[in-house]
Amino acid sequence: MIGIVIVSHSSKIADGVVELCSQMAHKNLKIIPAGGTKDGAIGTDSIKISEAIIKADEGDGVLILVDLGSAILNTEMALDFLHDTIKKRAIIADAPIVEGSIAATVQASISNSIEEVKLAAEEVNGFKKIN
Amino acid sequence: MFNKDIIVEIFKEIAKTMDENKALLTELDAAIGDADHGINMTKGFTAVKNKLESIAEEDCSAILKTVAMTFISTTGGASGPLFGTAFLKASSSVVGKDALSNDDLLLLFESAIKGIQMRGKAQKGEKTMLDSLIPAYDAMKKSLDIGDSLIDALNKAEIAALEGVEFTKTIIATKGRASYLSERSIGHQDPGATSCYLILKTINNVLKNRESLVE
Ligand SMILES: Nc1ncnc2c1ncn2[C@@H]1O[C@H](COP(=O)(O)OP(=O)(O)OP(=O)(O)O)[C@@H](O)[C@H]1O
Ligand SMILES: [Mg+2]
Repeated sequence: MIGIVIVSHSSKIADGVVELCSQMAHKNLKIIPAGGTKDGAIGTDSIKISEAIIKADEGDGVLILVDLGSAILNTEMALDFLHDTIKKRAIIADAPIVEGSIAATVQASISNSIEEVKLAAEEVNGFKKIN
Repeated sequence: MFNKDIIVEIFKEIAKTMDENKALLTELDAAIGDADHGINMTKGFTAVKNKLESIAEEDCSAILKTVAMTFISTTGGASGPLFGTAFLKASSSVVGKDALSNDDLLLLFESAIKGIQMRGKAQKGEKTMLDSLIPAYDAMKKSLDIGDSLIDALNKAEIAALEGVEFTKTIIATKGRASYLSERSIGHQDPGATSCYLILKTINNVLKNRESLVE
């Protein structure tokens, strides 16, 4: 199965997004939060993120949803720390964290293709909430 | 020559400088960011300072690598991965050296800047730390190329960095958190550019005080 990692400056956001996604997820889908820094402050932490990626990885790939700024820098740094085999199949989605995570969860519950799950997350970029 | 003892002393002094300027850096970041730059820098460099005792015997590259990993594992904002990558790249540019020539220093500085650009994908003119670092590097290189002493070259670098900080007041941020403010970021100086200026100034001061060690 594809794994999903939620990276946010706030551990509450990361945990909350995981909670929200779990309602729509296949029971075996791993959705791992990596929120805040290791001392519990607001921020992102490359070591925490790389641990979350390892935890989420089952061999098919890991899609990573991020919030702003250093979430991306630290996720890229986390990928640099990882072994090439995991690094190759872990990708950051260019998508809003809440909607993108939900779309990725739904797709990952029925598909083992990291490209398809990434596409599903990124498709929400075009969605309109109010018509 | 630039002895590795100086590197250790420089990092001690940087920790002090960051601590003294914590409020200033945080205030600058409050205007266009999330008011944590002073906290991030102090946290990172204090952790580095506390690590220095145990690594002072290593070569320059190993010292810089420990600095990088310490910074990365303690600093939660953008400055963590940016400075972390800068120190990592600096570390790999001086492998096996116990002392650094002027050419080594230029290569180290250039590698650090490339590391920041690799990680943050920013160019000069985007209102980031690069706006003080790149002009400082250019001034230092130009100065050494015409045969100035290291002290003179670093003086010129410090001046160029300060001009770079002033320049950041006139431009829009297109990277990092401040980019969410778009044109409202004009008029404010960039916190990261300011801390990099302070770092260069500190290096310069350490060297001036220890001129006897620099041949
Ligand atoms: N992509 C980038 N490239 C180079 N420098 C950057 C980049 N993004 C931010 N910076 C620098 O980082 C400084 C802010 O550092 P700080 O430690 O406050 O992180 P932050 O922006 O609060 O991080 P976060 O994204 O977690 O909120 C800015 O003033 C700017 O100089
Ligand atoms: Mg900040």
